[in-house]
Amino acid sequence: MNVFFDLFRHRGSAPVARQRLQLLLGQERATRGGGLDLLGVLRDDILVTIARHILVDDDHVHVTIDRDAAMSRLEIEVEIQHQ
Amino acid sequence: MAKVLVITSGKGGVGKTTSTAALGAALAQAGRKVVVVDFDVGLRNLDLILGAERRVVFDFINVVQGVAKLSQALIRDKRLETLYLLPASQTRDKDSLTETGVASVIKELRGKFDWVICDSPAGIERGATLAMRFADAAVIVTNPEVSSVRDSDRIIGLLDSKTERAERGERVEKHILLTRYDEQRAARGEMLKIDDILAILSIPLLGIIPESEEVLRASNVGSPVTLNSPPSAPARAYVDAARRLEGAAVPMSIQGERKGFFDRLFGWRAA
Repeated sequence: MNVFFDLFRHRGSAPVARQRLQLLLGQERATRGGGLDLLGVLRDDILVTIARHILVDDDHVHVTIDRDAAMSRLEIEVEIQHQ
Repeated sequence: MAKVLVITSGKGGVGKTTSTAALGAALAQAGRKVVVVDFDVGLRNLDLILGAERRVVFDFINVVQGVAKLSQALIRDKRLETLYLLPASQTRDKDSLTETGVASVIKELRGKFDWVICDSPAGIERGATLAMRFADAAVIVTNPEVSSVRDSDRIIGLLDSKTERAERGERVEKHILLTRYDEQRAARGEMLKIDDILAILSIPLLGIIPESEEVLRASNVGSPVTLNSPPSAPARAYVDAARRLEGAAVPMSIQGERKGFFDRLFGWRAA
């Protein structure tokens, strides 16, 4: 392994662990005890709305979520087949 | 032909989730198509150990209840394109996982993957029995410590009676994975000896994973140790264990740390 990078690795992984936990627990606590899981609610409502208007196979609906401290991303990609 | 493998132990905190991630990654690194399935409803952690906790869209129970398709719930690893995760539900009641639901998901996974690795929750309750229910093979994660060995024996009994294979009169292939092994303490006679553990449990050994700070470091950053630190002793031990799972005759050895220049210079590392 590159000695230069190895030197930086020695600064430790604990701060990364703390940051990951703070983000995750913040979101989990917010949704526990009746709190609103905004991304989950949006996801379900949007999928229901899509299903009301067009018949799409679930295999052609791709949902991805990326939760971050400052911003989260909900991506819903629908492949609409032309007859 | 797909193989369903359960990673189990009875006792908590022995390294089931760490081993699931590391073995799954090692098999994927060898080119196999692998899915790791978290059975710990309400206390999921495999997503965190794999660094996928921010990307969970749907979970196992959503699939069982028909809310989502399996393909929508599977999360592909960002580093290994043949490694997938099926996360447990963090919020649902654990009774939502039904045997018929699990059976149909496992059947579908068999059609898509080479390896279906089920990460069992601790204990011997429903979650643990469901995780082992459809297994072809089992890895019993054991620490060289009396309570862990006792619990492993209990789990071996369940594997021989409560699995679908056992009920059909077939055998579940069983392996012991010894984790958190400290060679120095063993040499001082402070730890149960490997031969003694194997004699007590009468199950063949899959591998010996040495106690190592690399395991903690890998979980801190959310990367299986075989990916995060391939030259480390535990990573090499997991890679060997994965090869044995695939039938290779890899000589058993206790992997030692290869110390780098800075390790020797400072003699310590930050966790």
